[in-house]
Amino acid sequence: MQLSNPSGAQSILLPVRAGTILASLAAALLLNFLPWSSIALAPDFVALVLAFWCVRQPRLVGLGAGWVLGLLTDVGNGVLLGQHALAYSLLAFATSTLSRRILWFSLWGQALHVAALLLFAQGISALVRLAAGAEFPGWSIAVGPLFGAALWPLVSLLLLLPQRIPATVDETRAI
Amino acid sequence: MDHTPPPFFNRGPAPLVRLAFFASLSLALLVLDARFRYTEGLRSVLSLAVYPLQTLATLPAALGQRIAGYFASQAQLREENSELRAKLLGASQSAQRFEAAQAETAQLRRLIGAADRLPLKATPAEILYNGRDPYSRKVVIDKGGQNGVTAGSPVVDENGVIGQVTRAHALLAEVTLLTDKEQAIPVQVVRNGLRAVAFGAGASGMLELRFMAANAEIQNGDKLVTSGIDGTYPPGLPVATVARVERDAAYAFARILCQPAAGVESGGYVLVLGAEPGRLAQPAEAGAEHDKRPGRTRKPRRKDGDATQ
Repeated sequence: MQLSNPSGAQSILLPVRAGTILASLAAALLLNFLPWSSIALAPDFVALVLAFWCVRQPRLVGLGAGWVLGLLTDVGNGVLLGQHALAYSLLAFATSTLSRRILWFSLWGQALHVAALLLFAQGISALVRLAAGAEFPGWSIAVGPLFGAALWPLVSLLLLLPQRIPATVDETRAI
Repeated sequence: MDHTPPPFFNRGPAPLVRLAFFASLSLALLVLDARFRYTEGLRSVLSLAVYPLQTLATLPAALGQRIAGYFASQAQLREENSELRAKLLGASQSAQRFEAAQAETAQLRRLIGAADRLPLKATPAEILYNGRDPYSRKVVIDKGGQNGVTAGSPVVDENGVIGQVTRAHALLAEVTLLTDKEQAIPVQVVRNGLRAVAFGAGASGMLELRFMAANAEIQNGDKLVTSGIDGTYPPGLPVATVARVERDAAYAFARILCQPAAGVESGGYVLVLGAEPGRLAQPAEAGAEHDKRPGRTRKPRRKDGDATQ
């Protein structure tokens, strides 16, 4: 459960706080609700942050959280109810299952895994919509997940910040 | 005596069981929503939970607009003012002529014994953003149920029809554009009164007249207006201009593409028209046919889904 910090040394992370997880998920929903000019190209921040917590904390965040977030996304976007719920549940399942493997890789290696997972989630919601009779909007819908995966290193650094032990050394500490 | 693991190893149901549970729950919701429209209650409750986030998300854009408005230069404003004044002059002149023509029409309609056409209520609204769904063509406007906008109301801009309100929230409403693949509008050719139904052609931003015989009397440049026979769209609103007619002897129907008259995919301000007052009841056999196939059409989401055809 370590991530090499910019100085190259390994650091031990503090236990995560539930507030951090909730705040990051709410911020991701907010980012998704921004009026993007082209929704197909915008990265899906909720899927990204959900994948992050499923990799880092698979026992705290999992299928249930994914399903609820999916439902909220469906309502907020005014799409078929259950479309994102299904996609995010499957994403959470796949990410939690792969979490031990993913953490062995460097940040960019992790991003490659995440790209595949986000594309998978996008594919699920595309399948649902095509089955419900919508027309295929073109391959541009695959661009958003790739952008999202490219943001993975940044998201990892940002979301792990609250868990890092402060760098200032306490001189008066016994050990 | 009991062989259950101690509570600190207990992790609840296995992941696959959980996946099966949540996936089947989602699929059940999907079927309920797409086929039977039973989920509107759940949707409105959840939309209340999402609403603060949505408002917060659109805040920066609104704030930016206000700041830009504050810094608009005086010369620019004066220029715009005089332009608008000239426009108003032209509009008021045509409004006077329209009033005279309307009085004349009302008198003629009384003479032939037709029912009077009642004036429509119109609510001005602003388009907030494009719908967040790459699979459909929708926009969100800033007026909702609290301003009297109801699902099914036609939406127009200064040049013609742009679409129909398909879901009205308390403070926002979703408008499905005419170019959406699942949106239909009954039209009439101005030149000869031929009636047809125009469907959205999806990504191309055009409309398509389906099921018109290959020898139908229609040509490039024909103007299409709403026919008003559906009781949803008031008659006579400009809809589109015929752009291309392909007649192929191998097919029974002609392929007719039309260019929408209004700025369907652009534009910022729209009018939401109230539903036509004094609307007639559907004929008996049409109603019976509709009842036989309740979930067949995936046309606009509405409680009374019978107004489009």
